[in-house]
Amino acid sequence: MIASGAGIVRRSSRRAGRRWLRSGLYLALAVLAFGYVYPFLLEVGTAFKTEADAAGHPTNPLPHDWVTTAFIQLGQQDFGRWFANSVLVAVLVTVGRLLSDSMAGYALARLRFRGRGAVFTAVIAVIAVPGVVLLIPKFLVIRQLGIYDTYPGLIVPLLTDATGVFIMKQFFESIPASIEEAAHIDGAGTFRTFWSVVLPMARPALIALTILSFQGSWNNFSDILIAHQSPSLDTLTTGVGRLVSGQLGVATQYPLKLAAAVAMTIPVAVVFFVFQKHIMRTGDGALKE
Amino acid sequence: MQAARLAPARAARRRAPSSPGARRRPNRARRREAATGWLFSAPALLLLVVFLVIPIVLAGWVSISDWGGIGSPLSAGVRPVGLANYRALLTEPGLPQQQLGLSLRDNLYYVLLVVPAQTALALLLAVVVSRKALHGRGFFRTAFYFPSVTSSVAVSMVFLFLFADAGVVNGALSYLGVHGPAWFTDPRGLLHTILSGAGVTRPPGLLAQHGLLGVPWWDWLAGPSLAMMTLIILAVWSTSGTFMLLFLPALYNISGDIEEAAIMDGAGSWTRFRRITLPLIRPALFLVLTLGLIGTWQVFDQVFLITQGNPAGTTLTPAFLAYQVSFGNQQWGQGAAIAFILFAIIIVLTVGQRLLLRERGIAATIPGRRL
Repeated sequence: MIASGAGIVRRSSRRAGRRWLRSGLYLALAVLAFGYVYPFLLEVGTAFKTEADAAGHPTNPLPHDWVTTAFIQLGQQDFGRWFANSVLVAVLVTVGRLLSDSMAGYALARLRFRGRGAVFTAVIAVIAVPGVVLLIPKFLVIRQLGIYDTYPGLIVPLLTDATGVFIMKQFFESIPASIEEAAHIDGAGTFRTFWSVVLPMARPALIALTILSFQGSWNNFSDILIAHQSPSLDTLTTGVGRLVSGQLGVATQYPLKLAAAVAMTIPVAVVFFVFQKHIMRTGDGALKE
Repeated sequence: MQAARLAPARAARRRAPSSPGARRRPNRARRREAATGWLFSAPALLLLVVFLVIPIVLAGWVSISDWGGIGSPLSAGVRPVGLANYRALLTEPGLPQQQLGLSLRDNLYYVLLVVPAQTALALLLAVVVSRKALHGRGFFRTAFYFPSVTSSVAVSMVFLFLFADAGVVNGALSYLGVHGPAWFTDPRGLLHTILSGAGVTRPPGLLAQHGLLGVPWWDWLAGPSLAMMTLIILAVWSTSGTFMLLFLPALYNISGDIEEAAIMDGAGSWTRFRRITLPLIRPALFLVLTLGLIGTWQVFDQVFLITQGNPAGTTLTPAFLAYQVSFGNQQWGQGAAIAFILFAIIIVLTVGQRLLLRERGIAATIPGRRL
């Protein structure tokens, strides 16, 4: 009795110490999180400020008066056109990648054909080539093909990606082949089997690929930059980029620029929050709770 | 006897009619499967060849030619110039060599500061966020990851605002009574600034007279400029979330038993981290370091959007220089040559890391079981 009483006393004092430690840790964590969130608060707040307010009180995320001048100005820039171009590019690229990546991934995982090993090696080699190195080469080929400064020039080079092929191959190898074999025995052709049996089973991988492709092409700057020169073909990234590039800290028009940043972030943010569970799955996949 | 004679006969009869067909069918099926295999791979393969393999070959040709951007690089008027473009960049004194030297110096400082910082921060975030006892885990994870989702253009816009002369950072500094610097226009390197604080303003003769790639040693040792520091902070801020996500599965895979055993043995949390966590997540750590090293040598968007290599060439990177030289100056041969030099750097680093990883791989198989 006495021993356990002393134990309780000691434990409770240790618990108090631990509570202090935990509060300290939470405080440190909150400061850290603040560093990640605060720039976004400033971004959104400043977008609704007047220019004088943005220049006079840069550290305050709350506007003195909420105004939508910046967004109205954006409408006068070619913002609508940029937005439409971004949607077009992102949607077509995503659809193209879903099809080409899953077909190639399926062929590499399941179908036996001569040269399969070589194709797979080529895919791996392509993944290893750094994208930035390819900017000039890609421009040369796009021009050579006569699709420079056209929509196909923006879209076609992005329609497949080696990483996606790899992801789909890995996925198909992880699911059992028995269901497809059953479909085969029932007389379904390979394409039929692929379309109505395999693809529905591959939903998790396809969702992951959709997120990656949409986000990647929506945010793509450099590939779009080298594929066109007409302002009418600008996407959000290159259009908005043109507003600022090389202005070296000249403190002007910040509400406009940040309004553009907010508007172009909204679609990826929506995709992110809708599919958040799938994105974070990479982290939670192995979690046993 | 009869049965013995009958049995093979029956077997033969059973085999006889079906045998040729059975052999032909898998054959035909196999051929059809092979055709389907190629058909299925064709779209991806065709696109990869046309927009990855052929471009590399074409750029290889341009890098050893005198093509000036007019007409097709394959037209009759374009002549090979051998390694002249590479020589101008690597061995002959002049502006191209000096520019390449500056870009390598700037990018080197970027890599040296970004890679350790983003790896350490990502690991810290992952360790914190992976704790089951943490309240608001989802919120913190989202907060740390969200910068990775937004585009480089939007992030650049925000950082231009943060570090503008009368921007957020300088505004915050002024509350502390500090007059903030001109982040994007001050060309002095940090190490030079520190040295001048210690009274060293002029280089020792040896460092000023000798150099590498047209840049004196004194300038190689300048340190990153403030503008480069903003790019470095931007990179660490916007990539640590992605790398945090790569650390999480490895952390979740560490079995609770090992942790518990270590706690029973009286190991403190720092010891547990060093002796158990770190060895067990070594593969993820190497992955993050490799991706970080490859990624940081490719920085382009932010340089294009924020600094364009300024001030005084202190934020040049090979990727941006290649773009500027080819698209800006129309010196396509030299631009392509810079791209290939960058390619070589990245390949050497990747292979080097892989070799290192293979060596360490043996050590990694004996994780910190012993405390």
